Amino acid sequence: MPNPEEQITPEVFDHLVGLAALDLRADEAEYLRRELNSQLAAVSELEAIEIPDDLPLAAHGVPYPPERRQALRPDRHDPFENSGAILKQGPQTDESCFVVPDIPHTDLE
Amino acid sequence: MEICDLTALETRRLLQSREISAVEVLESCLQRVRQVDGRPGALDGGADDPKDAGKVHAFIALMEDAAREKALAVDRMLASGEDPGLLAGIPFTVKDIFCVRDTLSTAASRILSNYRAPYTAAPVERLLKAGALMLGKVNLDEFTHGSSTESSAFQPSTRNPWDPARVPGGSSGGSAASVAVGEAFLSLGTDTAGSIRQPAAFCGVVGMKPTYGRVSRYGLIAFGSSLDCPGPLARSAADAALMMNAIAGVDPRDATSANVKVPDYLATLQGEIKGMRIGLSPDYFRITFPDAQGGGYRQQPLPPEMESAVLAAAEIYRSLGAEIIPDVPMPNTRYGVPAYFVISRVEVASNLHRFDGVKYGFRTDQTVSDLKDLYRRSRAEGFGPQPKLRILMGMYVSAAQYSEQYYRRALRVRTLIRRDFEAAFNPGGKYRLDALLTPTTPATAFPLGDVYGDSVLMQYADQLTVPANHAGVPGISFPGGIAADGLPIGIQLLGPDFSEDVILRLAHAYEQASAEADWRKRRPKVLEAA
Repeated sequence: MPNPEEQITPEVFDHLVGLAALDLRADEAEYLRRELNSQLAAVSELEAIEIPDDLPLAAHGVPYPPERRQALRPDRHDPFENSGAILKQGPQTDESCFVVPDIPHTDLE
Repeated sequence: MEICDLTALETRRLLQSREISAVEVLESCLQRVRQVDGRPGALDGGADDPKDAGKVHAFIALMEDAAREKALAVDRMLASGEDPGLLAGIPFTVKDIFCVRDTLSTAASRILSNYRAPYTAAPVERLLKAGALMLGKVNLDEFTHGSSTESSAFQPSTRNPWDPARVPGGSSGGSAASVAVGEAFLSLGTDTAGSIRQPAAFCGVVGMKPTYGRVSRYGLIAFGSSLDCPGPLARSAADAALMMNAIAGVDPRDATSANVKVPDYLATLQGEIKGMRIGLSPDYFRITFPDAQGGGYRQQPLPPEMESAVLAAAEIYRSLGAEIIPDVPMPNTRYGVPAYFVISRVEVASNLHRFDGVKYGFRTDQTVSDLKDLYRRSRAEGFGPQPKLRILMGMYVSAAQYSEQYYRRALRVRTLIRRDFEAAFNPGGKYRLDALLTPTTPATAFPLGDVYGDSVLMQYADQLTVPANHAGVPGISFPGGIAADGLPIGIQLLGPDFSEDVILRLAHAYEQASAEADWRKRRPKVLEAA
């Protein structure tokens, strides 16, 4: 029985699984849902901190002043020298294309 | 003592003076692998075999032939008087999270178990260019998701050489173990929340997380793109410095690699300690853990043995003329793990979307109805539980309706964590530290199976290391003693941005000052038994 205090209910969890393009067994789903809720309980520790509205976000720790940044590379076509090796990795290929099942679609009237 | 038990620096000297050959060095390492490693981790590795008892299982793939060919080439160059490179003839292992051309580069995951990389990661390329011998790929937590190496899809997972019933730490467990037992002199690992430093501490070796951007991430299979740092594991600070000389530096293929000059880390090892300011923070002598009984989180003091090791190190630095600055506040340290649960998961959910059964890697062989079905089944069968958990968490906390509550809040907490370090290291501030001295881990290595499955408890193993990843600052873990349970204790130094030379120098000074300590004479259990 889901705990009413849990943020990730079975319904929310199923929605996340769809977004994540996963397919889970029932026992796997229950374990993962339980762990997600435990992790969210840890994350809730962040609510205790007083954060000023104007505190900036840090997308990364180390600053990148201009002298530390690299120059942008030239806008030049620089193809990988061995695209055949990349194509060879494909589970199913046809000449220079990766072959996949049909994409879900609806025919319009 | 065998050749493989020497340091890389000593071995290099012997090679250059032609007292030993690269082939002899390699054979010494290979002999050690044969003695202690046991079967490599494999997909569907099956249950533990009695033959596995007491073995390390560091490797996923041993590349003996290629290494031997390179060793012969190095010997030819040495014989003809040519310069074969800074690390010529030195065997190293690579955490299998790095792409290496024409080798299986698996991330210890079924979803990449058949992926043969068409290119080589920049740090590996640099090591090879320096003449080092790549011995093989070593095991890790799947996609680096963990702190014990247990989550690898390639079983048996690596064991701790000091006690094979315990974890080596993670996610660079194979790296740390391979260096600890003399299978290799050096290993290339990665550190996203402590994944070099924590296994280094657990296995009794040196491990360094460089400043974010110091070492190129090109060719590293990504976990958290704003957090991941490739770095060295070695048996001494000098060896770590040697490896840093080879791998550090800007790379045009990684836009986040910093355009900052690389010093000669070996040359700066002997610099002055006198007058340096080394801080101690009460916030690193408290550990936070989930309260199983009462719910919520509790704080308690660090175990006395861990505290004593750090304070003993402080006394050594004081005797060398450094000033020890107590009571340095780092008040946001305890929020490192909660913030990490959000930031790393958002980044990894995005980074793992590319694994879809289409372009490379595992594709389900079940009949599927359409492309979406292909994605779902391939990812379900290809990923283990830890990547799935991280993807799901990332999807949730990055949802539009929660962005202020979770993601944006966590990024602001990251600013606070960064500011703790800036205040501590500010040359014009109150503390003006050159480095902060802390324990690396809350405890010594835990038994296999004890924590795995509890994702929160596992993540809290990184509580003393993850703040450096949020802030981007460099950190090094080095051995600081052996606990009563016979397991290594790691000590950590954290420094300002791009101060790898300073923390290497301090680690080296500690090693020199404690060289005769009794605990340094002890060896991992698997070597006693070999």
